[in-house]
Amino acid sequence: MKIKLFYFARLKETLKYSTEDLDLPADVVTILKLKAFLAKRGDVWGEMLMGKLKVRAAINHELVDDKAAIADGDEVAFFPPVTGG
Amino acid sequence: MTVRVQTEDFDVGFEISQLRKMRKDTGAVVSFVGQVRDLNEGDSVSQLTLEHYPGMTERSLSLIIGQAKSRWDIFDALIIHRVGTLEPTDQIVLVAVSGAHRGEAFKACEFIMDYLKTEAPFWKKEVTQSGERWVEAKQTDDAARERWTTTHESIE
Repeated sequence: MKIKLFYFARLKETLKYSTEDLDLPADVVTILKLKAFLAKRGDVWGEMLMGKLKVRAAINHELVDDKAAIADGDEVAFFPPVTGG
Repeated sequence: MTVRVQTEDFDVGFEISQLRKMRKDTGAVVSFVGQVRDLNEGDSVSQLTLEHYPGMTERSLSLIIGQAKSRWDIFDALIIHRVGTLEPTDQIVLVAVSGAHRGEAFKACEFIMDYLKTEAPFWKKEVTQSGERWVEAKQTDDAARERWTTTHESIE
């Protein structure tokens, strides 16, 4: 399953990635499983995605929770709680 | 409905007059302007940089206006939000709502701001005397949004 991933704000800065194209293993089918999959990349990834920091996710520009299902071709994004206005 | 995300400043008088003149049965325009403060969490702030998620931001702001329109009897609404680097006293955001009477327009304007603060994908980074830092989301903003719902559902 191929997806496009985006990171914003503190996540982008710490992970040193703003976007990447990923071909996911067949069992990575939800936001939570994607976080766990990325966390395996190492310290800073685990800290940012599975640690104490609150992370929000969006699929195709819509806010979703950890249980949300990911489909082929989706645009997924991870970012901290928003602080606009 | 108008939603704009831009680096340039905006002219509040011009924007409100456009909204006002759109319909001759408009009796009220309520607006909110947010500006950069030189103080946050007890530290002086010299600069603020706003980042956003192009595409999702516009979608999210349009959805918020749609929600306001379905809840209150208003005619139209406008949101302008700036991104990029700003300084104290710079305008950040304008929300304006038109309607026949003030009551509905006041409520809709406040609702739009409360949802914008907690749902629209913007992030602030500020420069203080001790360096740069990301602005933390505030619980009081979440509480302000929760006032509008008894079921604690997200607008999505």
